[in-house]
Amino acid sequence: MNLTLHIWRQENTTAEGRFSTYRVEEISPDMSFLEMLDVLNERLINKGEVPVEFEHDCREGICGTCSLMINGVPHGPEKGTTTCQLHMRKFKDGDEITIEPWRAKAFPVLKDLVVDRSAFDRIIQKGGYISANTGNAPDGNAIPIPKPDSDWAFEAAACIGCGACVAACKNASASLFVAAKVTHLGLLPQGQPERYLRVTAMVEQMDQEGFGSCTNTYDCEGACPKQISVRNIARMNRDYLKAKIMGN
Amino acid sequence: MKLDSKIPSGPIESKWSNHKFDLKLVNPANKRKYTVIVVGTGLAGAAAAAALAELGYKVLCFTYHDSPRRAHSIAAQGGINAAKNYQNDGDSVHRLFYDTIKGGDFRAREANVHRLAEVSLNIIDQCVAQGVPFAREYSGYLSNRSFGGAQVSRTFYARGQTGQQLLIGAYSALSKMVGSGAVKLFTRKEMMDLVLVNGHARGIVTRDLATGKIESFAADAVCLATGGYSNVFYLSTNAMACNVTAAFRAYKKGAGFANPCYTQIHPTCIPVSGDHQSKLTLMSESLRNDGRIWVPKKQGDNRPPSQIPEDERDYYLERKYPSFGNLSPRDIASRSAKEACDDGRGVGPGGRGVYLDFADAISRLGEKAISARYGNLFDMYQQITGENPYKVPMRIYPAPHYTMGGLWVDYNLMSTIPGLHVLGEANFSDHGANRLGASALMQGLADGYFVIPYTIGGYLAEAKQSAVNTDMTEFKLAVKQTEEQIAKLISIKGKRSPTSFHRELGLLMWDKCGMARNEQGLKQAIDKIPAIREEFWQNVNVLGDAANVNQSLELAGRVADFLEFGEMMCHDALHRNESCGGHFREEYQTEDGEAKRNDDEFAYAGVWEYTGLGKKPNLHKEPLVFENVKLATRSYK
Repeated sequence: MNLTLHIWRQENTTAEGRFSTYRVEEISPDMSFLEMLDVLNERLINKGEVPVEFEHDCREGICGTCSLMINGVPHGPEKGTTTCQLHMRKFKDGDEITIEPWRAKAFPVLKDLVVDRSAFDRIIQKGGYISANTGNAPDGNAIPIPKPDSDWAFEAAACIGCGACVAACKNASASLFVAAKVTHLGLLPQGQPERYLRVTAMVEQMDQEGFGSCTNTYDCEGACPKQISVRNIARMNRDYLKAKIMGN
Repeated sequence: MKLDSKIPSGPIESKWSNHKFDLKLVNPANKRKYTVIVVGTGLAGAAAAAALAELGYKVLCFTYHDSPRRAHSIAAQGGINAAKNYQNDGDSVHRLFYDTIKGGDFRAREANVHRLAEVSLNIIDQCVAQGVPFAREYSGYLSNRSFGGAQVSRTFYARGQTGQQLLIGAYSALSKMVGSGAVKLFTRKEMMDLVLVNGHARGIVTRDLATGKIESFAADAVCLATGGYSNVFYLSTNAMACNVTAAFRAYKKGAGFANPCYTQIHPTCIPVSGDHQSKLTLMSESLRNDGRIWVPKKQGDNRPPSQIPEDERDYYLERKYPSFGNLSPRDIASRSAKEACDDGRGVGPGGRGVYLDFADAISRLGEKAISARYGNLFDMYQQITGENPYKVPMRIYPAPHYTMGGLWVDYNLMSTIPGLHVLGEANFSDHGANRLGASALMQGLADGYFVIPYTIGGYLAEAKQSAVNTDMTEFKLAVKQTEEQIAKLISIKGKRSPTSFHRELGLLMWDKCGMARNEQGLKQAIDKIPAIREEFWQNVNVLGDAANVNQSLELAGRVADFLEFGEMMCHDALHRNESCGGHFREEYQTEDGEAKRNDDEFAYAGVWEYTGLGKKPNLHKEPLVFENVKLATRSYK
């Protein structure tokens, strides 16, 4: 199939960006979206043009590196799917596709479609962990965990840190990302000692990084490639309120 | 090059405990005077950086990703082994040790493997304490499943995302230490060279992948946890950025590289669909618990699978290996698939595929139970192929996946360069010629959490090095050489993209040094690689500039190293006149096509020493002594 691509090109963080239009021909429907971009880049290199920079790594939908806004939707039209797992059979011959980077104050563009998501790491560094120094641990079966708790914790822990939730949100809020971690650790018995310190520290860092507030539009859940539920945000807000009342 | 494995004396069960006692200690107040560089933030690197920082060392931790959580450990699906014997099915440390030695086709070092089996117990405990959400039973206790090459259920898992959950655990431990200031984290910095001072590893050179800045960092010891080299084949299940550069640059600085020809071809991957393909996707080995592998009995039978009656199907693993069946080890399952396809009985476009069929399991357990076990894998399969595996059998084919070879290390995980330690897949130590499923995660975390924190103290306490800094000539020279290489790559402005060279090399390696090798093919590859390399350095086209994000430039540097590394790999495969594990030489097989080892001549680790560009490296040998497991022909029949 033949496609027209409108791709955001930006030399660096401070430079002004613009859309450039490219035609790609003879694209196989079995290609992934990123393989289609590979084809474009090979053709650009052969013509002596600088290829489009976009981030990707595992191409299995698990590392969270790929991050494209496709026709205004993070990771494109397929629900519960990262860009790397989106295949061209979801598009039609002759389609025009607009490709942009994540857009959020806390995620500055480095070049073209590559953004800096280190704000997420800094939030985790403030409290997204259980303090268990190596060697301290009791036997793994010493703490039975009810399966429903463990399953919910797992579902929250499935977050891949890609940032689609932020890109989807009109406020560029990171609430779903933070809530997923707060829920994962806060549901487990091992996570109780630091539960309220954790939620306070992480929420405060989120605010400092310049992410917006949550106004319950649920676009984050819709865009999340792991379909993490917004009920985690409600849980985070309850924990945060409790922490404030208790003076943590 | 002297290979002293430093295996402690005494019975195998007490070697590690005795050694921990014998190792010199660094007292707590002195630890903060030492700086350790950790390169890589996968399971081994993140675990090591966290554990060393917890002890009080100053840690500088580097990753070329935008975040430590992106490392490719994250993609491991199936699980992690541990000899907990929670299932009461006869597992023990000794059995895990035995299975791993046998699974590795008797080409691993006994003492290292026994230690791995011992600390496997601590790993599960540590991960649970960190909040890793392992699968659980309704009782609240941990659940297990089986994996290839074992007859007990010792694999812990978190649906099909075990690697992700373990890595997030290690990443959270690392993040805590970054937050506290004990670890200084450097993201988007790729290691370009190793710096030696007086023969000891004292620092690294890095390139910042956002700004292009070349810098150097000094330390008292360096740990490489930089993964494997499957991407030498171009198409593999590795992430796109995985590369051999860090290990290879260390090799060029004098570190011995062991058994590069031991590469693992994973039996259950989605077959190649066309020339555009950029990578191969693994379907977890755990699927073989419930899926049955078959091909049609007749050659060229292209009826849809549902129309092939039961008695016209060949469940070849169940037929050839009745006791292990579909759970035969990876090398055996891969070769059998190749055999069936070579015989003209492969399925799907191009005939390079076999069926992995869940119909029996679905009729026995119901679709819901299968979905609970493998839901995300089935979804992924459907996204990639457009076929529904609940209705039609999956098509699978082997693909490069893991590399058992790596930098040679002694029992303390130190390479032949004093101070340079190598962890996880980047070293060669524990899996011999073939790795069993669910053992890579175990080894990465064992090295990072439970081995290096002890052994590095022993090195630092004994080495007593003088202070170094990055103003010294050794550092400046290494920075200059890196800058020159980058400038050269940018200035060639030839006609071919870096990817085109990578693809050319990969096809050659897959063809001549892949699932099966022979003398003639390997010699052809050794002739051909230098020519590709020469063309690369005259005709590669790297556009854009070096002081900005430039993925072409990153790839070009990595391909340049693969173009030298591939040649060494072929030399290793050519010299090893036997078949063992993942190394299958067509000349050395039994009448029924099984690998034929030659223990009299090849029961050693082959360690290569760099002698200069394009020159044949020197071979050194570490003899492997088997005192606790009797050398035997591996049989899964």
